[in-house]
Amino acid sequence: MSLFELTLQDLRTGLDRREFSSAEATRAFLDRIAATDPQLNAFITVCAEQALAEAAAADRRLAAGDAAPLTGIPLAMKDIFNTAGVRTTCASKILADYVSPYDATAFARVKAQGAVLLGKVNMDEFAMGSSNENSAFGAVRNPWDTACVPGGSSGGSAACVAARQAPAALGTDTGGSIRQPAAHCGVVGLKPTYGRVSRFGVIAYASSLDQVGPVTIDVRDCALLLQAIAGHDPLDSTSVDTPVPDYAAALRTGLEGVRIGLPKEYFGEGLDTDVRRAVEQAVATCRDLGAEIREVSLPHTGYAVACYYLIATAEASSNLARYDSVRFGHRTAAAGNLIETYSRSRDEGFGAEVKRRIMLGTYALSSGYYDAYYLKAQKVRTLIRQDFLDAFETVDVILGPVAPTPAFRLNEKTADPLQMYLSDIFTIPVNLAGTCALSLPCGFSGSGLPIGLQLIGKPFAESDLLHVAYAFEQATEWHKRRAAI
Amino acid sequence: MKISRTEVEHVARLARLALDPAELDALTGDMDAILAYVDQLKRLDTSAIVPTAHAVPMANAFRPDEVRPSFTPEQAQQNAPAPDPAGFRVPRVIE
Repeated sequence: MSLFELTLQDLRTGLDRREFSSAEATRAFLDRIAATDPQLNAFITVCAEQALAEAAAADRRLAAGDAAPLTGIPLAMKDIFNTAGVRTTCASKILADYVSPYDATAFARVKAQGAVLLGKVNMDEFAMGSSNENSAFGAVRNPWDTACVPGGSSGGSAACVAARQAPAALGTDTGGSIRQPAAHCGVVGLKPTYGRVSRFGVIAYASSLDQVGPVTIDVRDCALLLQAIAGHDPLDSTSVDTPVPDYAAALRTGLEGVRIGLPKEYFGEGLDTDVRRAVEQAVATCRDLGAEIREVSLPHTGYAVACYYLIATAEASSNLARYDSVRFGHRTAAAGNLIETYSRSRDEGFGAEVKRRIMLGTYALSSGYYDAYYLKAQKVRTLIRQDFLDAFETVDVILGPVAPTPAFRLNEKTADPLQMYLSDIFTIPVNLAGTCALSLPCGFSGSGLPIGLQLIGKPFAESDLLHVAYAFEQATEWHKRRAAI
Repeated sequence: MKISRTEVEHVARLARLALDPAELDALTGDMDAILAYVDQLKRLDTSAIVPTAHAVPMANAFRPDEVRPSFTPEQAQQNAPAPDPAGFRVPRVIE
């Protein structure tokens, strides 16, 4: 077995036993990236030289007996995390040359443990997209079938783990941007509860919805990486100051006493037959493991996409006002007054989907339309959140599909933004409710594409998700299959 | 029509986006379709519902107002398109 095939936990064990060095492991991943990325385009920036220097430092730390759980472990970061000294583009032309003077907290935490940064991975521009086709650095391809998209917006994070270019990555999830690509690429992705992980230094898209989370090969690795990044950060006033549990303790087999709810709205028309079959099979597996299965209802599910595209775009239009070409970012070469300089720089720097969302959000917040669109959406958000709180009165975890279909083909949905938006119908409600959800592999389509199972938990009950996911994973073999690339 | 091309031009000015005519045409169609879709929210009676701004209840977070290390002028300007010893250079604001 090559070093690049190892899980994060196996790398940890091997490093601790001195079976290999961090430098050897890091070189194996860098070689793997060089061999496979021309086909995938998962990386925007590869930090080869710096990674080897960090690996050497980690090896010294290991030799000194001062190892933390991530010391010497190579990782990839979505290019939305500020990383001091390494450019952070957010996959946008407007930030093509941006080098942050500081680190995002989530990155600072893994770095402090001695993790090695392999590079910055591709994404939809400003995390706006469901296919990773909206990147100024080109689309990412799905390692299982390079004619298909990897999902988005953390498409690079999911593709690089699926292709074993990195053993794990961090991503962000605003409407499904970790879970949907994890499902399409056959890896594990977790969107923690809003407030569980600091967003400081993460380039903002929709601030009331954005959350940082891990993308990993299996559930144990997910727990390990979550442990490293979870917790209060005084630099993010929306991070919540509640104790962080021992997530590894949640990795138990057997589901006796666990009540799992199936929302009937997640199994209606439009669900692909392969996805339905795989998820129903997963329900049977959970029942065999001792779980009690109940039907629940999330009656406002059908309104979530409309609600999201008003709230997220409104917040985006405000957040992206900072790209004015004064302090950082692309500035137009055309002469003009200040307003013209702003407007031309922004038109030149932003891609089509980003402009579409800024426009929609500006409209929803504009005079005369605020109550009808933005305020209305915030009220509907209350109803959607209440759906989950009601369902969690009778069940511990909610189970359903991540996406209505397996990965679609490149260019299949680019002509119709609304069709693209609807691919997030089962993931968006979780962000609006602010709770946590995990995606893990539960089968394959007839054409060999991975299918993801979504587990939704109560606020701050990531341990419940890890328990159910681990028990399911131990009873199945899906996570052991690897893309042929 | 939910939105006219004239309204889209107005929104583009508010958003500080110098969209070209082809972009304005495309966005008029896209925004019209999206606004027609989001109209479904009107079917819900929300007259008695309190809006949600954040899903997790939180109050203002305060900290002591203390002097702490911050960026040097060089760090603050390292990404500036037109840095200047005195700050950030921009086109003349007042004619």
